[in-house]
Amino acid sequence: MRPVPAALALSARSLVKRFDDLTAVDGLDLDVHAGTCLALLGPNGAGKTTTIEMLEGLTQPTSGSIEVLGLQWNGSANAIRERIGVQLQDTKLQEKITTFETLRLFQSFYDAVRPIDEVLEMVGMTEKRGARVETLSGGQHQRLTLACALVGRPELLFLDEPTTGLDPQARRRVWEIVETFKTEGGTVLLTTHYMEEAQRLADRVVIVDAGRVIAEGTPSEVIAGLEAESIVELFPAGGTAERLADDALLVLPGVREVRREGSGVTLVVTDTQASVGALLAHLGEVGVALESLQTHAPTLEDVFMDLTGKHLRDG
Amino acid sequence: MASGHDVSRGASRQALRWKEVRELSRHRTLAFIRQPEAVFWVFAFPMVLAAVLGFAFQSGEPAKSHIALLEGAHANRLLERLTADERVELTRFPDVAAAERALRSGKVDLFLTDPAASPPALRLDPVRAEAESARLRVLVALGELDEDALALDTVEEKGSRYVDFLFPGLLGMNLMGTGLWAIGFAIAELRQRKILKRLLVTPMRKSSFLASFLVSRLFFLVLELVLLTAFGFWVLDVPLRGSIVLFALVSLLGATAFAGLGLLCASRVKTIEGVSGMLNLVMMPMWLGSGVFFSYERFPDAVQPLLRALPLTALNDALRELMLDGSGVRDILPEVLVLALWLVVPFVVALRVFRWS
Repeated sequence: MRPVPAALALSARSLVKRFDDLTAVDGLDLDVHAGTCLALLGPNGAGKTTTIEMLEGLTQPTSGSIEVLGLQWNGSANAIRERIGVQLQDTKLQEKITTFETLRLFQSFYDAVRPIDEVLEMVGMTEKRGARVETLSGGQHQRLTLACALVGRPELLFLDEPTTGLDPQARRRVWEIVETFKTEGGTVLLTTHYMEEAQRLADRVVIVDAGRVIAEGTPSEVIAGLEAESIVELFPAGGTAERLADDALLVLPGVREVRREGSGVTLVVTDTQASVGALLAHLGEVGVALESLQTHAPTLEDVFMDLTGKHLRDG
Repeated sequence: MASGHDVSRGASRQALRWKEVRELSRHRTLAFIRQPEAVFWVFAFPMVLAAVLGFAFQSGEPAKSHIALLEGAHANRLLERLTADERVELTRFPDVAAAERALRSGKVDLFLTDPAASPPALRLDPVRAEAESARLRVLVALGELDEDALALDTVEEKGSRYVDFLFPGLLGMNLMGTGLWAIGFAIAELRQRKILKRLLVTPMRKSSFLASFLVSRLFFLVLELVLLTAFGFWVLDVPLRGSIVLFALVSLLGATAFAGLGLLCASRVKTIEGVSGMLNLVMMPMWLGSGVFFSYERFPDAVQPLLRALPLTALNDALRELMLDGSGVRDILPEVLVLALWLVVPFVVALRVFRWS
């Protein structure tokens, strides 16, 4: 029986996890509504994996409460496991076993199951049915671990960095599988450090850094929180960069923020036309030659940069 | 939750558990037999070892004494008699240096430096038992000893040859090796590949997981026992005088005890390298001290109780008594108790300290 649409498939309150003197997760709140996808977005070491492993019942939280499909890990662990599907980071399936045999094993653990051929179809691995795991490519292996998570007919899917290390094409195929699962009414919690992934799959994103939530909402809400119309990146020609002063740039019309990285300068602007016009005039005045200038609509990556001064990917 | 729902779930629960154990066991077995190198090292190698050693020590021919001579040595009565002796092999060397080298490397047991002198001169290493046998042959040839002075009755009876002593020990050692490796290695691998952790987030019962190891182990145990025992029985002519059922049960008990020990060894190690070291550490004292190749009674009295408490010692003793002496269940009760203890304690400890993720 599916919960009513507005129900919470997953919720966590004041989640804390401390390892010795390191606080990996520091008072995190999280709600995932049934039938939606929530992305935990953050750099490596932000506490995403620790968080998702607490939610999956693998790690005991230091404090805080977790409710999965209306149940608590303490006392209903197997009832929860019956209804969730999990893809962990870097599981390496047994090499000598075939795709079909692997799925048959995982299928044997569940009460309500999906036929293996149906799962194979879902992840686009029908022709790899009899192939041993050792012969699969990275993308195929990843789709097989996804199939292992789907074979128990889960209501809630946990995906920990499902596309890390995959090429763009393999990544897109994983996205399609997750989208199919969502179309069937499934709920998804995923962690990622690819903003593109979060933007495509997630109904809501939670940006975490150092174990805390620093922003949350729908991707467009979060981006709107930046209060920027666009991002302007300029690279002055060699030797002229020092003629640009942050103070002078900040007083240009529509410029909200100035950041420097290497020889590049990034401006967060609220009025693209006014800012770029004034910027070009200013460059002429101080005698700065341009090597390149680009503008793009703000992304989750820019939100993250704005909030932490760090990139998502290198954390 | 409606209670009717629970009842229907409960009814299918048992069937589901069997399916789970069956699939896990199948997975285990397939993963193992599809790794030819693992099958060889865990399974075939100990059998080959047993076969080779069994053959090596089966030969009924008495060992020959190898005696070195210089090429120029003149024929005399001593040399004639030595040449005629079936238990002596004479080898001639061109010079003293070559003969000395052969003596040092153990190719010959004794170097007859001057057979014509009175008394004849020879060189040997008194520490080597073979040197003494060779000297005995020379004394017999000189007529200094009368071999017929003692009434001789040779041991040829089935069940009292060295190979009869050796075979049950090899069987025990095999059960130890396969039990420890098959379980310890597989668990370390599953942990290293994070499959163990992945299984933990499924509704799989931990007991099914552990049971599957015993099931697949049992499967290989039957194969191993049948093949090895048949080889011992028909090829090496080792007797099985006790009850075959008891023999099978003791083997099963031993194999299960070693499986438990394997589980304990692998309960916390994170890598395959780690478990390999651990298993070798556990097996080493038993290879030497559990009476596989020679009786552990040769060790000092002080360590005897310790050696007897080892699982392999108990298994070897019990197998020997069953095969060679035809003992009944009462005679092997102490060994069975030791094995039972080694079955229960490691299992209980392993289940408590086992790290799943």
